[in-house]
Amino acid sequence: MNPRTRLCLVAVGGAGLAALLVAACLRLPDFGGDSHPYGERAVRASLARQTANTIASVNFDQRAFDTMGEMTILFAAVVGCVVLLRQTRDEHRDRPEPADVAPPVRRYSLIVLPVALVVGLYVIAHGQLSPGGGFQGGVVAATALHLLYLGADYRALERVRPVGLYEVGDAVAASAYLVTGLAGLIGGTAFLANTLLPYGTFNALSSGGTVPLLNAAVGMEVACAVVLLLARFLDQAVEIEEESGK
Amino acid sequence: MDVLPYLVAVWIFLVGCYGLATSRNLIHAVGCLAVCQSATYVLLLAVGYRDDATAPVFSDLEPGSRPVVDPVVQALALTDVVVGATVTALLLALVIQVAKRHGTVDPDELSELRG
Repeated sequence: MNPRTRLCLVAVGGAGLAALLVAACLRLPDFGGDSHPYGERAVRASLARQTANTIASVNFDQRAFDTMGEMTILFAAVVGCVVLLRQTRDEHRDRPEPADVAPPVRRYSLIVLPVALVVGLYVIAHGQLSPGGGFQGGVVAATALHLLYLGADYRALERVRPVGLYEVGDAVAASAYLVTGLAGLIGGTAFLANTLLPYGTFNALSSGGTVPLLNAAVGMEVACAVVLLLARFLDQAVEIEEESGK
Repeated sequence: MDVLPYLVAVWIFLVGCYGLATSRNLIHAVGCLAVCQSATYVLLLAVGYRDDATAPVFSDLEPGSRPVVDPVVQALALTDVVVGATVTALLLALVIQVAKRHGTVDPDELSELRG
């Protein structure tokens, strides 16, 4: 198909889709309106289970099974990346040469690194109380480690980042989520039902039953996943070279 | 305009689709897919928005004292952001391998199979 006919086809299909979507938009509830039946029920359920952050309650309690599916997608995507980006037979590894870093960059990143790491862990730990949680905190904690690559060099990053350990961590975190879900079965309720642990006091660190546990498992998995993904892409960019003469 | 935020989501989605269909570069196509995906965030957050409401987090807010926006759609958008990022990473890894094996990232030139 030549580009011209393809563009015509896209125009026709796009116009049809646009018409359907606009018609659907006109029938949606008014923007900013007061009627949010699911939202109100979610808030009520979250308050009944002493979880201050309703979004964490929705993610790790009310639709914890869904989050398990999303976690599995994440895990599968990371496994796919690791498989796709490994070293092939016609490639070899070159030790990267250390490069000079401007002193202000080095100072700044070495000061910010511990702060960013603590912020990441704080966001994970307080997922059931304040905005944030495992998904966001995991990304912050994982990117904090890579400030070492900016501030020092690749070898320093490799020393704090044994990739094998993070692969194990990723798998352990994914299983921890499953095991927490299965513990409900042993306790005589449903899979991933939040009835096993006491709900605790509202607005305290140990509130929300199993929400903090699932949150921590997801935080660990996301942190490990981001470290692994960045490690594989950095490998491709910095270390792996194609064999010359091929 | 009550429907303007929804129409913005539709527009972003269609722009992403147009980019996907006319893309001559696989990296550009992955970027367009991310644009399509961000349309769903706009739609979700527009559906959940409520006038004069605040975030559905009660750590520093007396429950019931103020209306809050819909937490369900926020939770949907939140998980989608991270999952979308890793899936984008997977697609970019595929593009790296395609570029290595075929020496091109133009989808029109990738018509034959190669082991």
